[in-house]
Formats: sequence, structure tokens, C-alpha cells
Amino acid sequence: MSKKRELILAFESSCDETSVAVIEDGHRILSNIIATQIKSHQRFGGVVPEVASRHHVEQITFCTQAALEEAGVTYTDLTAVAVTYGPGLVGALLIGVTAAKAIAYAHHLPLIPINHMAGHIYAARFVKPLEYPLLALLVSGGHTELVLMAAAGEFEIIGDTRDDAAGEAYDKIGRVLGVPYPAGKEIDRLAHLGQDTFDFPRAMLKEENLDFSFSGLKSAFINTVHHADQIGETLNRENLAASFQASVVEVLTEKTMRAARQLDVHQLVVAGGVAANQGLREELAEAIKASGLDLDLIVPPLRLCGDNGAMIGAAAHIELKKETFANLTLNAVPGLDFPYRA
Amino acid sequence: MLEFKTINPEQTIAIAKQLGQQVQAGDVLLLDGDLGAGKTTFTKGLAAGLGIERYVKSPTFTLIREYQDGRLPLYHMDVYRLEETGASDLGLEEYFDGNGVSVVEWSQFIAEELPSDYLTIHFNKDVRDDQVRTLVLEPHGAHYEALVRASFAD
Repeated sequence: MSKKRELILAFESSCDETSVAVIEDGHRILSNIIATQIKSHQRFGGVVPEVASRHHVEQITFCTQAALEEAGVTYTDLTAVAVTYGPGLVGALLIGVTAAKAIAYAHHLPLIPINHMAGHIYAARFVKPLEYPLLALLVSGGHTELVLMAAAGEFEIIGDTRDDAAGEAYDKIGRVLGVPYPAGKEIDRLAHLGQDTFDFPRAMLKEENLDFSFSGLKSAFINTVHHADQIGETLNRENLAASFQASVVEVLTEKTMRAARQLDVHQLVVAGGVAANQGLREELAEAIKASGLDLDLIVPPLRLCGDNGAMIGAAAHIELKKETFANLTLNAVPGLDFPYRA
Repeated sequence: MLEFKTINPEQTIAIAKQLGQQVQAGDVLLLDGDLGAGKTTFTKGLAAGLGIERYVKSPTFTLIREYQDGRLPLYHMDVYRLEETGASDLGLEEYFDGNGVSVVEWSQFIAEELPSDYLTIHFNKDVRDDQVRTLVLEPHGAHYEALVRASFAD
């Protein structure tokens, strides 16, 4: 008799993307359907919750059907249903939560609630098996955190932004530069064409802790452009982008390396939308090489850096073993956070 | 109307903290100023006045961040991204009528959802000095006039 396959149907709808995936044994992607809404959001310069929830409703049944078909499985083959229940936009989260609850109820399957940020870290599981303790740098539009994982499924924030998230800083200075949302990719491209000539501040580097701050950098950038405007001068966009990115990347890299030296970790996972940034990847790789630390840098492939269902399925594999199940009272938790280190 | 000139973020925080010690459940504060004018800095001070110890982080991405660990809950909202859509489906009135203090950045984008009385705080950047701000407190309604008087009695 053959062993029953472990198949998790995973939902993600916390923000821009509606995504449904089928994951086998926590690390094989049988399908990962992603319906993105970025086009409709571009008009608004950001994520608009009402638009987000309406689109999720339109997409989610289609995505579910496509995920099952592409994986070549039916509901009766499934082991469990997993879903992102926070953090995110409440209206958007509720669409995924409701869909997952309905399917779990109808097909008598366990329901596994997943923290979206845990999903981002577990996107790295598709690269290779994770070894604990592990350090993760989570960088996205809403987060900039250093997370210590003492064991599988255990998360503790050891460093955090005190104001703006790194991805948010990209989007806001993007608006000043006239780069459409989401601005990260284009600023990364411009940065590679320019030089760090403006010498923007590197926030909190001198402080002992592992926290970040990007609000002062944002202000310095805006002031620089504003002053030039006042005297009718046009600054070089490539150099502005390069100088901004140099500051962000240096602070992220320096604090991450500081954490790695303090902790006995051998893997560093960089996750979240900003993990797609080439400048950050290059500088981290160089810093690790220069440090002589036995530290393996794991960055999920680009298509898994953004929001997707596959990463939720990977995280759910751990929780399935621990039997962390929810019942039908599961609700969206928009402000869900990992615990902070005491 | 009450005006303050601040020459660094610490002074902005100090003013906000005084206000934070006096605000009451259901109070609504609107923060009006450009990107980088000090709205989130002000909110940090207000949170300190409420006895909130967690980091007050920008709510731009999440739209709303709630802080429950102070004398009153603080609801920090940033509706920057609702410029073209408004907020009719967001249920913001539940926050405004709730048990906490609501702070709204970019409130001009949701003018139709706002209560009739509130305290507006304008942040004007100095054209000559990047560090200098003029904060103008503009109360709408008797309750907010009293709040400003109580916070800055001398």
C-alpha cells in the first residue's frame, strides 16, 4: 500500500495578489496560481482596500479551480487547507479566510492559519531545507524586520523599523521621482546606472540595537529634490536613485550582519518584496564573503519573493505536523505580528 | 488657533505629548502636511502622552495601525492612498465613534467620512530651514477648543 501524499491547498489574499497553490510535502510546488492586481492599483499610487477586496472576490474561485487542475488533484486528495489570516488589509484577508473555511468545512479538512510573514520566510524552503537557528531579514512595503527562528515554526523579532518600512520608502521617494507604483524595481534599475553622490544619512548605524529607521532618509531625499526645484536645478535621477539605494542597502546589510555575528546561525533568509532588489542581494553576498562567517544566504527565486500561495503552503507543512489547526471561528487579524524578543 | 514653532523633531514630540495627556475617548485629530512634514513624528509624541510604549510605525501600507497598550487605544490612520477612491467602505466611523483616539493623516481624501467636530493640526515646513516647522492647532467645536486650552494652559 502506498503512503498517502501530503497535499496542502494554500490561500493568500492579504494585499495585491490573489493566489492559490497546491504544495506537496512542504517543498514541491504542484501549482501556484497568482492573479495580480498591480495594474488596477497603479492608478491610485498604492493598494486600495476596496479595490483589493473586490478583485479578490472575482479571482478566488477561478484561482482555486486552476490550482487544483494544474496540480492534477481533486478536493478528495487534499490533506489540509491553509490560509493567510494576517497581517494585511482586513477586507482582502477575509476573502481568503472565508474561501479556505468553506472548503475545509465542505471537505472535512483541517484548517491551518498562517502568518503571512512566516510564509515569506518559508518561501526559502523551495530553495533548500532550512536549518535552525536561522536568521531572516524580512523587507517589504509594510515590514522591515530581523527575525530569529530558534526552531521550525518559531519566530521572534530581534530588530524592527521604528517608522517607515524599506519598501514604503521606495514607493514614497518614487512618487517624488515620478516613478509609478510599485517603485522598487525601477529605482533599483536607475540606481545601477548612477553613483552615490548625495551622501544621504545612514540611520541608526551607530546604535547598538538591531532596529532600522527610514523616515529621516525619506525627508533628506525630499528636501534635496525640493531645494533643487526652488533654484530651478534638475538633479540627476540615476544618482538620486543610487544614493537613496546605497543608504537603504548599507543599513539593511550592516544590521543584518551585526545580528548574524551575535547569533549562532548558519543560514540567512532574505524575504519579502524588497528581497527582489539586486542592490541588496549583491551587497549582502559581498558582506558575507568579507566577514568570513559560515553563513549561507538564501533568497527565494524572484517569482516567490512577492506574495503567493506556495509560500503559505510551505509554512503550513510545519504547522500541520504541529497540528496547529483553527476552527470555523477563524478571523482575519490585520495587525498580526511575531512576538518581540523580551 | 494656536501656533508653535519647532526647530527639531523632539520639540514636535513634546507638544504632541502634552496633547496626548489630555485627549479623551472618541477624539479625532487630523494631521495636515506634506510628505516628511512630521505627521508620524507628532503621532509618536501623542502615543507617548497616552503611555504607549510600542514603536509607532507608519501606517501607509496597512492604512490603520492600532495601539492598545496605553491609557486609551490609539488608532493611527494614513489614507494617503485613498486619494482617488475615498473610504466609504472602510468603516472608519467605527474608529471615530470608538473608545480610542483617532489620528488621521491625509484626511482631505476622506472628507465625507469625517465627524463634524475635530482638531486639525497643520504642519508647515519652513522654506529656509529643513528642521523648522510651524504647527497650527485649529479646533473645530467647543470640545476641541477646551482640549487645546487644557493641554497648553500656560
